[in-house]
Amino acid sequence: MFKWLDPYAKPQRLYAVCGAWQRVLMPMAWLTLLIGVVWGLGFTPADYQQGDSYRIIHIHVPAAIWSMGAYSSMAIAAFIALVWQIKVAQWAIGAIAPIGACFTLIALFTGSFWGKPMWGTWWEWDARLTSELILLFLYVGVIALQNAFADRETGDKAASLLAMVGVVNLPIIHFSVEWWNTLHQGASITKFAKPSIDPSMLWPLLICMLAFALLLAALTCLRLRTAILQHEQHRSWVRDLAEEPTDAKV
Amino acid sequence: MSIAAVFMATFRRDLRLLARQKSDWLNPLFFFLVVLSLFPLGIGAKPNLLREIAPGIIWIAALLSVLLGAERLFKQDYRDGVLEQLVSARLPLPAYVLAKMAASWCASGLPLIIVSPLLALLLGLSESAFVAVVATLLLGTPLLTLLSALGAALTLSADKGGILLALVILPFYIPLLIFASAAVEQAAFGLPYGAQLAIIAAMLCLALALVPFAVFKALKLNVG
Amino acid sequence: MLFNATKLSCVRQDRILFTDVDIQLSAGDILQIAGRNGAGKSSLLRILAGLSEPSEGALRFQGVDLTKCHDDYAANLCFIGHLSGVQGQLTALENLQFWRACWQLKPADDWQLLATLGLAGLEDIPCQHLSAGQQRRVSLARLWLTPARIWILDEPFTALDQSAIGQLQSHFQQHCANGGAIILTTHQPLPMLAAQLRQLELEYRW
Repeated sequence: MFKWLDPYAKPQRLYAVCGAWQRVLMPMAWLTLLIGVVWGLGFTPADYQQGDSYRIIHIHVPAAIWSMGAYSSMAIAAFIALVWQIKVAQWAIGAIAPIGACFTLIALFTGSFWGKPMWGTWWEWDARLTSELILLFLYVGVIALQNAFADRETGDKAASLLAMVGVVNLPIIHFSVEWWNTLHQGASITKFAKPSIDPSMLWPLLICMLAFALLLAALTCLRLRTAILQHEQHRSWVRDLAEEPTDAKV
Repeated sequence: MSIAAVFMATFRRDLRLLARQKSDWLNPLFFFLVVLSLFPLGIGAKPNLLREIAPGIIWIAALLSVLLGAERLFKQDYRDGVLEQLVSARLPLPAYVLAKMAASWCASGLPLIIVSPLLALLLGLSESAFVAVVATLLLGTPLLTLLSALGAALTLSADKGGILLALVILPFYIPLLIFASAAVEQAAFGLPYGAQLAIIAAMLCLALALVPFAVFKALKLNVG
Repeated sequence: MLFNATKLSCVRQDRILFTDVDIQLSAGDILQIAGRNGAGKSSLLRILAGLSEPSEGALRFQGVDLTKCHDDYAANLCFIGHLSGVQGQLTALENLQFWRACWQLKPADDWQLLATLGLAGLEDIPCQHLSAGQQRRVSLARLWLTPARIWILDEPFTALDQSAIGQLQSHFQQHCANGGAIILTTHQPLPMLAAQLRQLELEYRW
């Protein structure tokens, strides 16, 4: 069923394909991000309940959602690497992890900025932020594990195993943190409850979601190409590439 | 059957080693008691305060203590080359892994359960809370052992072992911590806590099903 | 043809250790993998012992591809590498007992075996208190227990004294006479085995 994907498992081919994708995705990502952020932060009407500060959700929500999306992508790549024994999929994990971790950090910071006017403090142990914090720990674990071995291949394989175990735990952690939150905060309405959202606010949010998705894909392509070069540096095609005159198209 | 043979041989051998190296099970036990004592020393020893935070600190001390004992789980066999022999001869590694985890639970989980009456004394636990502590420890310490074995297997040939193991595995302990401490808290108020125990039991079953396979893969990749 | 490998190649840490290595092993052969330090001899042996995967190449046991008969091959294989495989806190007897139980051999008294190996009187001392050479002997004791036909040994003579080296060489001869085969690396000259010995030289690259 997936035979047509076979050529893409070869590092050299994937290097070229990622290069082509990256050239398309990167400008699209920045453009969409620019439109979405400027529209969302600047031109949407103020919310009657939360005033102007709510606008940060245009960055917070996409970052949070794609931080989890990135982790799932890592787990899918790990699964592919395990089942079909494809090395490039393992390298993809090291490519995605730091990007996902950065998205998580952005979500945490923006969540904190959003909360300050509401709670009066920069941090509150509510369910979503706590989940994001734990997600950050999971990312740090994967990155630390990958870099802890003298042999790079062992590190890649260990990180892919951890990513898969983590993805099984992710819903469990999410559910238990939410339950913990209701237990300890009683019946207070969670500040991040999604109110029914007006279309004028919805569109910039969707555009920002798309932007973050494109950014994730583009940055992954970039990092994956670097990883391919690193892992294949002993091969002749990499050597030929390195010795090409610099004005040739890479 | 080869699986039973390897399991029994490994289990017996590990119990023998535990009998010889008493520090392997005494150290985590005393660590548990020391960490427990740090909380009243650091926070204040008011009886009401202690009773309130008791569920949390018992479980935090328990999980740290199991984590401490985790690193030695496969290290010796890895360093001596025993693991290499098992992988090369394609002996059933899951049987070896289960036996090691069972022996490890006897070293780091069982002593905690045996010592739990002491906790009731130190932290002023009520009778119902104490029963809940024992129940959660009975169900929870095997889960702690399983997860710490996973961490030990993943970080086996890594340079920075100990701290890395903790960093990797602690997030996975969080759901257990939440439900176990909640169960004890409910018991302290006289409320039913069967639901929390059921969830812990479910997590244990899931871990029993998935973790040995993951540990087996992690061991193979560290030996290769 | 007991075992053969074609076009084996190994890449470690982005370095090509060796490529296009062919190995043929028949019953009664003793194959010595020779080469400088760092040529990849240990890595090759670990690939043959099933501990790591080659970057390229195929391995066949009795004509069948290894991926289809891995368990069969492993049952016919005994690997002794740099690590002793001996648990330091257990005694020599307990270690052998463990291996007997794992390989499902009949439990037996190993006093005699250990005495043959020059370890009489040392059977019930924890192995970590034995000297390096004595620990090596305990590790090699497995070669007298195992029913495996193919032995893969990485520098088996390390730390052994002259009498032990001689004893081991005659044990090798006996094993080959009984239809077994050995692949080993060593920096020792092997006068007793010169007749059956074949050499495979691994080139030192970079």
